[in-house]
Amino acid sequence: MSTLVIAEHDNASLKGTTLNAVAAAQALGADIDILVAGGSCDGAAQAAAAVPGIGKVLVADNAAYEHQLAENISLLVAEVGAAYDNIVAPATANCKNFMPRVAALLDVAQISDITAVDSADTFERPIYAGNVIATVQSADAKKVITVRTTAFDAVASEGGSATVEACGAVHDAGISAFVGEEVAVSDRPELTSADVVISGGRGMQNGENFKLLEGIADKLGAAIGASRAAVDAGFVPNDMQVGQTGKIVAPDLYIAVGISGAIQHLAGMKDSKVIVAINKDEDAPIFQVADYGLVADLFDALPELESKI
Amino acid sequence: MKVLVAVKRVVDYNVKVRAKADGSDVDLNNVKMAINPFCEIGVEEAVRLKEAGTASEVIAVSVGDKSCQEQIRTALALGADRGIQVETDGNVEPLVVAKLLKGVVDKEEPALVILGKQSIDGDNNQTGQMLAALAGMGQGTFASEVAIDGDKVKVTREVDGGLQTVSLNLPAVVTTDLRLNEPRYASLPNIMKAKKKPLDVYTPEDLGVTVTTHLTQLKVKPPAERQAGIKVESVDELVDKLKNEAKVIS
Ligand SMILES: Cc1cc2nc3c(=O)[nH]c(=O)nc-3n(C[C@H](O)[C@H](O)[C@H](O)COP(=O)(O)OP(=O)(O)OC[C@H]3O[C@@H](n4cnc5c(N)ncnc54)[C@H](O)[C@@H]3O)c2cc1C
Ligand SMILES: Nc1ncnc2c1ncn2[C@@H]1O[C@H](COP(=O)(O)O)[C@@H](O)[C@H]1O
Repeated sequence: MSTLVIAEHDNASLKGTTLNAVAAAQALGADIDILVAGGSCDGAAQAAAAVPGIGKVLVADNAAYEHQLAENISLLVAEVGAAYDNIVAPATANCKNFMPRVAALLDVAQISDITAVDSADTFERPIYAGNVIATVQSADAKKVITVRTTAFDAVASEGGSATVEACGAVHDAGISAFVGEEVAVSDRPELTSADVVISGGRGMQNGENFKLLEGIADKLGAAIGASRAAVDAGFVPNDMQVGQTGKIVAPDLYIAVGISGAIQHLAGMKDSKVIVAINKDEDAPIFQVADYGLVADLFDALPELESKI
Repeated sequence: MKVLVAVKRVVDYNVKVRAKADGSDVDLNNVKMAINPFCEIGVEEAVRLKEAGTASEVIAVSVGDKSCQEQIRTALALGADRGIQVETDGNVEPLVVAKLLKGVVDKEEPALVILGKQSIDGDNNQTGQMLAALAGMGQGTFASEVAIDGDKVKVTREVDGGLQTVSLNLPAVVTTDLRLNEPRYASLPNIMKAKKKPLDVYTPEDLGVTVTTHLTQLKVKPPAERQAGIKVESVDELVDKLKNEAKVIS
């Protein structure tokens, strides 16, 4: 048995989510190789080679893969993945984009967002916004899997010395082109891997007021998240959204401020270790999942909290 | 140009679905069903393209048993011109839905196919990408902006770091994110008119597709329960608890 893990990276370095996907791959019990597909991605390839327990790192370094266009990457992964029993990737926006394409090219199902490996063909995955956990069994000889990264503890990033070799043909489907991107740059930890997350909702009233969260985030080394309502209202960019259809987080501490606790929001954060809710409505559903609830006006509570931590 | 929109019948997004006590399946007895919210956004986008004179016809398609005709009628009431139901025994897997939709695409030859990014029951996030692969089309997933530009479509996508814009040759597949638009409500006259709009029914055989099963749901269970928490009286108490009880800050 063999497993190919598809690396999530930014060409220069490996994203932490790759280490969670490797952990899930280990649970499958097979030999693991990593595929790094990108453009000028040697940095990411070297980082992948340092992950312990990896057989080899396969690198497809070509301009066609630089921006991870699904039309091109999927052809590559289907070609390289043909030799493997399992193809595993973290359930990031990027991998969610091309992995189902890979599955369709191979004529197999994709098993999305697994949270546990019961056996080589049986997996657990949340459905209905995480209100239900389904156990599913795959009848396909080859399994295409995306991994909910918060459900698998990252493996170590250092200590290995896998061989690195070039692989795959250059696949340029010629039907899509990268035009541009607007990527938020921030000195804060990444939302999906931060130990502490503080999120604001519609109760924040506007984007300017998110500054009230920043001071606390600075002191706690926290990432800042948001509810969909805050994103929709234009307070903050979409990449800060936590929830069923946004990012899934499970930090040691999650602080929800001015967030009511809709099921779609809870789906993205209720596996956090400790949850704090600050809301002026004592009946807000967020209090049902909060370990510590503070019924207060956030405009009073936040400055006080910042001064006391 | 023709636009095809895939709409799925799912449980209403306000319903908190639970596992049955015996773990055999989820309990969907007497729950409200609706059009998947992302599909509703897809219909709205298609109808706007028609209103702008870009699209000539909007076709709503759903895969499922007869009850999904209700959601096709909703799409017709929102402004789609005609409907197609592909008749199956209940829910089928994303790969099969994609194959069936590919069959419809071959028949109708739309320039643009719009799907939701995710169905809120299975949370799969697969069908649009699979359809694009099977049809050899480009894909603009998780779209927050769609602009037709001659024989191409420019799609702004919600990605992990922010936004990415891609340009795709037409025909292409787009999957919708929540910010793409705000769907209208169907007016009563339009609901009445929708009843008279054409709705064709195909079987998988008509489309040359065999319905297969790749994944079997063995059982379901509720997620891990959280311990009930407490309300603290003040910021001081909160800070004390976080430091000394939960030990998550120092
Ligand atoms: C298909 C679909 C997918 C979705 N996916 C997501 C998702 O991934 N993530 C997500 O978050 N949502 C998602 N939503 C939206 C979700 O249903 C809710 O609408 C949203 O989470 C509500 O955000 P909110 O709690 O910030 O706003 P509201 O529900 O409006 O709550 C605001 C809260 O702030 C409190 N408040 C107001 N002023 C103050 C103050 N001064 N001090 C203290 N508290 C105050 C209020 O008491 C209230 O509880 C989705 C919806 C749909 C239909
Ligand atoms: N049975 C179905 N009938 C019509 N469209 C569907 C069906 N299943 C999935 N889709 C489309 O595919 C999208 C994504 O679904 P999924 O891949 O299941 O998350 C949905 O929003 C629909 O647009």
